[in-house]
Amino acid sequence: MATLSVCQPQLGGFSFENCKRNAVLEAEVTKLGCNIPSARKTGTTICGVVFKDGIVLGADTRATEGMIVADKNCSKIHYISPNIYCCGAGTAADTEMTTQIISSNLELHSLSTSRLPRVATANRMLKQMLFRYQGHIGAALVLGGVDCNGPHLYSIYPHGSTDKLPYVTMGSGSLAAMAVFEDRYKQDMEEEDAKRLVRDAIAAGIFNDLGSGSNIDLCVITKGRVDYLRPHDMANKKGVRCVYEHEALPHQTGNYKYKQGTTGVLTKSVIKLDLEVVEETVQTMDTS
Amino acid sequence: MPLSQLKDSVPVTGMGPQVGAYGVQDTLRSGFSSVKNELLPSHALELSEKNFQLNQDKINFSNLRNIQGLHAPLKLQMEYRAARQIQRLPFLQSSHLALDTLKGNDESISFEDILNDPAQSEMMGEPHVMVEYKLGMM
Repeated sequence: MATLSVCQPQLGGFSFENCKRNAVLEAEVTKLGCNIPSARKTGTTICGVVFKDGIVLGADTRATEGMIVADKNCSKIHYISPNIYCCGAGTAADTEMTTQIISSNLELHSLSTSRLPRVATANRMLKQMLFRYQGHIGAALVLGGVDCNGPHLYSIYPHGSTDKLPYVTMGSGSLAAMAVFEDRYKQDMEEEDAKRLVRDAIAAGIFNDLGSGSNIDLCVITKGRVDYLRPHDMANKKGVRCVYEHEALPHQTGNYKYKQGTTGVLTKSVIKLDLEVVEETVQTMDTS
Repeated sequence: MPLSQLKDSVPVTGMGPQVGAYGVQDTLRSGFSSVKNELLPSHALELSEKNFQLNQDKINFSNLRNIQGLHAPLKLQMEYRAARQIQRLPFLQSSHLALDTLKGNDESISFEDILNDPAQSEMMGEPHVMVEYKLGMM
């Protein structure tokens, strides 16, 4: 640090000045028995599916910080460009910043080429950036959109590998969601079927994984139209037990108060209290 | 025994004693030396990030040479060298507009533009020392 400020001008970007100090601090703190604050993760269920005319992306809305729910209704479907949206799992700050940087770069790129951006471009930009940082940026993404070549869906892992598939899931609830997909996915579904499939997959993640919860957000992208449905379905309302398919209405949490008249009244006596005025003062209020 | 023979295999650029005059550690300018500090980088990404731009340029130039012949990278490097000379003195912020346009950095945003922006840094370099270093007078 001393050398750089003396001789050479400073460079932008990540600064590794405090890494050694942090490593020493971490060792000391574990000896004392406390914990260093952990990053907020989005331990999540996100998924996407390609249907006849486009893409349906789905995500839950819970953000966790260790064992605590940090945000009950966070938005995990990020805007990349008017025809491309991206769901993010992993460290919340990393997914947020990564998608914003790529969105800015895609905007500049599309202004320079005067064309609507392609999903493959966003995919390549993301994978090159994530590989450059060797997985230290913890962002697992599901990227989907419709461009001049049709609908495309990619899954991008934190180390920079990508897969182009008709249906993908990511996050801690990905296995539960993938089970639903593997059972009911068909090629060239209609929009309503696709929305129902994604909703059920996210609901499977919400109910079977601790890191996912709250509501279900959907984003339907077709050529020329984007429906951002937030919330599409409130699977976990506070105070309401969940709806099962065979029950018509959600029932309230049990009411454990006693009815009026449960305790019998034996006698009743009313004593009037006489209050005398001791002191009376008037305080003017400043109403300017 | 010279330090480079103590290291394992590949000489790692950027890590090594800051050698001043007479081939000895320059304590006045680079501070106290410690073997542990110099042999290992403090973070896995530190070295790769420091040399990232240089390595990218090397890859691009060698590709260009293989595709279009020797003249292409030579001409580009000549233009880079000319653009790099249009700058303020080292302790002031210069915009590097010509260099950025040549490299294509004017159409992309990355962490270098968002984090740790040198234009916003709270410390200014020492003017006399920096100019002397740049002119090779020290």
